[in-house]
Amino acid sequence: MLSHPDITPEMHQRIDEIIASHKDTPGAVIPVLRMCQDAVGYLPVELIDYISRGLNLPRSDVYGVATFYSLFSLTPRGRHTVRVCLGTACYVKGVKEAMDRIGRTYGIGSGETTDDRRFSLEAVRCLGACGLAPVMMVDQNTYGGIKPDQALEILEKYE
Amino acid sequence: MNQHRIDLMLCGGTGCHASGAGEFKEALGAELERQNLDREIRVIETGCNGFCAVGPVMLVQPEGIFYQKLTSGDVEELVEEHFLKGRPVQRLLYKEPASKETIPIMSDIPFFANQMFRAMRNKGQIDPESIDEYIARDGYFGMARAVNELTPEEIIEEVKTSGLRGRGGAGFPAGVKWGFAAKAQGDIKYVLCNADEGDPGAFMDRSILEADPHAVLEGMIIAARAIGASKGYIYCRTEYPLAVERLSLAIENARNYGLLGEDILGSGFDFDIDIYQGAGAFVCGEETALMRSIEGKRGMPRPRPPFPANKGLWDRPTVLNNVETLANVGQIILNGGQWYASVGTESSKGTKVFAMSGDVNNIGLVEVPMGITLRKMIFEIGGGIPKKRKFKAVQLGGPSGGCVPEKYLDTPVDYEEIAKVGAIMGSGGVIVMDEKTCMVDMARFFMDFIQDESCGKCTPCREGTRRILEILDKIAAGHGTPGDIEILEDLCDVIKTSSLCGLGQTAPNPVLSTLRYFREEYDAHVYEKRCPAKRCAALLKFTVDTDKCKKCGMCYKVCPSGAITWQKKEVAAIDREKCVQCLACYDACRFDAIE
Repeated sequence: MLSHPDITPEMHQRIDEIIASHKDTPGAVIPVLRMCQDAVGYLPVELIDYISRGLNLPRSDVYGVATFYSLFSLTPRGRHTVRVCLGTACYVKGVKEAMDRIGRTYGIGSGETTDDRRFSLEAVRCLGACGLAPVMMVDQNTYGGIKPDQALEILEKYE
Repeated sequence: MNQHRIDLMLCGGTGCHASGAGEFKEALGAELERQNLDREIRVIETGCNGFCAVGPVMLVQPEGIFYQKLTSGDVEELVEEHFLKGRPVQRLLYKEPASKETIPIMSDIPFFANQMFRAMRNKGQIDPESIDEYIARDGYFGMARAVNELTPEEIIEEVKTSGLRGRGGAGFPAGVKWGFAAKAQGDIKYVLCNADEGDPGAFMDRSILEADPHAVLEGMIIAARAIGASKGYIYCRTEYPLAVERLSLAIENARNYGLLGEDILGSGFDFDIDIYQGAGAFVCGEETALMRSIEGKRGMPRPRPPFPANKGLWDRPTVLNNVETLANVGQIILNGGQWYASVGTESSKGTKVFAMSGDVNNIGLVEVPMGITLRKMIFEIGGGIPKKRKFKAVQLGGPSGGCVPEKYLDTPVDYEEIAKVGAIMGSGGVIVMDEKTCMVDMARFFMDFIQDESCGKCTPCREGTRRILEILDKIAAGHGTPGDIEILEDLCDVIKTSSLCGLGQTAPNPVLSTLRYFREEYDAHVYEKRCPAKRCAALLKFTVDTDKCKKCGMCYKVCPSGAITWQKKEVAAIDREKCVQCLACYDACRFDAIE
């Protein structure tokens, strides 16, 4: 059993289902981590241990994978993920200014989450929407041509 | 099937979506229904059109009229005037920025007129979620020929004749690669599609996957037939949810039609494809790292040989091709290798898709025949540099590439010719930079990217890129000392020759090429503590040159922190206490009056 304040019984059930359906698939650790993170919101270390036991893999392997890929987060995430594109095109178009303003306004740097868990800020590499540079994504929504003021306006819409 | 009077091909690519295509589509659908036109007029959401800069865009077929920058407020007028009365709405048509001339027909717009569509031939022309529309455009015909009429040797010969080279960056001949894998011994072989498009500024693979997913599947099936593979994976970036969605649907439809799975088209040939989503690691675009990642490990490259054609995924013979490469294969088998090789240069055949962005008017995806000059691409298709600024350099090939200055703009698009001027074809990222771009800052940007994405396995790349970044940071901060530039050159040389994989071996390129063409900018930073392009904040004074100031107040308007004081007919002044050094005023001033 896995006991953790951020994991509800429903989440636990979902985690067990995910592990059970992938136990015998070689190379399943990345999809399993992805789905578990989707269920819980992040990957607490206790959960990583639990997954490694479930998949019968060394803890170091699972931990190694979880820390290698930028998709996975071992710390709690905000309700909304703000991804600011620091790709070349956005950089040339001055995205740094918007990024700095967001950071200053909410008091978080890249990779950090606000204390009220409202936003997690991430600097990401090229979102592939260079035609709209500078670009940011809030959850699954893409916003183009963002100036610092607009970026803040957009964020205010997310509670 | 219901016959429609008009087909409205509305771009549903990521760019247009972000510009409001979704709302527009909803409003359009409601209005067509209200006017009882929904049986005559059909709205089709296509993949990325490529002209993202003016989105949302829509093509009216069969007339070929192109609308741009659409909003839901335009719907009523559009339906009333154009679709009922037959008068295109002038204000929503494309206008040539230079001549202000209105160009209603898409194929007449210079952005499209100078392109040649092969890998992107279906973009904006079909509903990417309909397998029937793909088939109606000769889709899967090449695959049918490959499984029923040709031997594996003949398929490989045809691809060799076409001269198709790897579009992911390295440019290795696809037919030769297949030949190696076909000869390799093994009962299980794999075909992989590299859709882990990671170069900042490149989005052609995303566009192809979103606009024409079946073309990629068709290419994979043909490759599988050629090498005798039974299983394929598409390794797709997690940042591309729409591409994953469309690919999943395409795979399902192809299975239902008997084009994928067991006994394809009754030929006795079995092949199936699964999607594997990446988890955000740039290095996984490297082939051996990508295979490790599918195996569920950390995506770290390993030395070659053995090459993946002999020992790849799970140590089985494996062929890995990029999305754009595979999207060309179906047409090559259908029309013949000679057809494909009929355009291009001696060593680079066919077409290449480029993602043009940065300081250029027509931002978007372009597909051009090999051999076209960079100048033509940037100034004719791209429409030149905005804001009447001067061209400075173009960065080709992303973090592994280099920049090309004005004097080499007549270089043709060709793997070898581009390499000669110090850049690479790469995956096709084209970032145009105007005179306000600082080359030290640019090199620093790429080095920041690379040292962050270095997987950490080999020392030269892990440590070396970090040392380069430190030196560049120091130079940009105004603390450069004599000798720094020489150390940079030394480090670049070591990293280039001793790194394990392509990422490390090419990592110094952005520094080397900016040093090669813009060494005087590095010198200015180090010896004069001056940033000629005025981008490095630590080297700027944040004062207004009273002689140059034309009293226009543009700087006052853009300042986010209220640090600039200005009144009509008066020179502006910057309050250093309030200034946050965001550089907005530098960007806004058209008279270069801020020092």
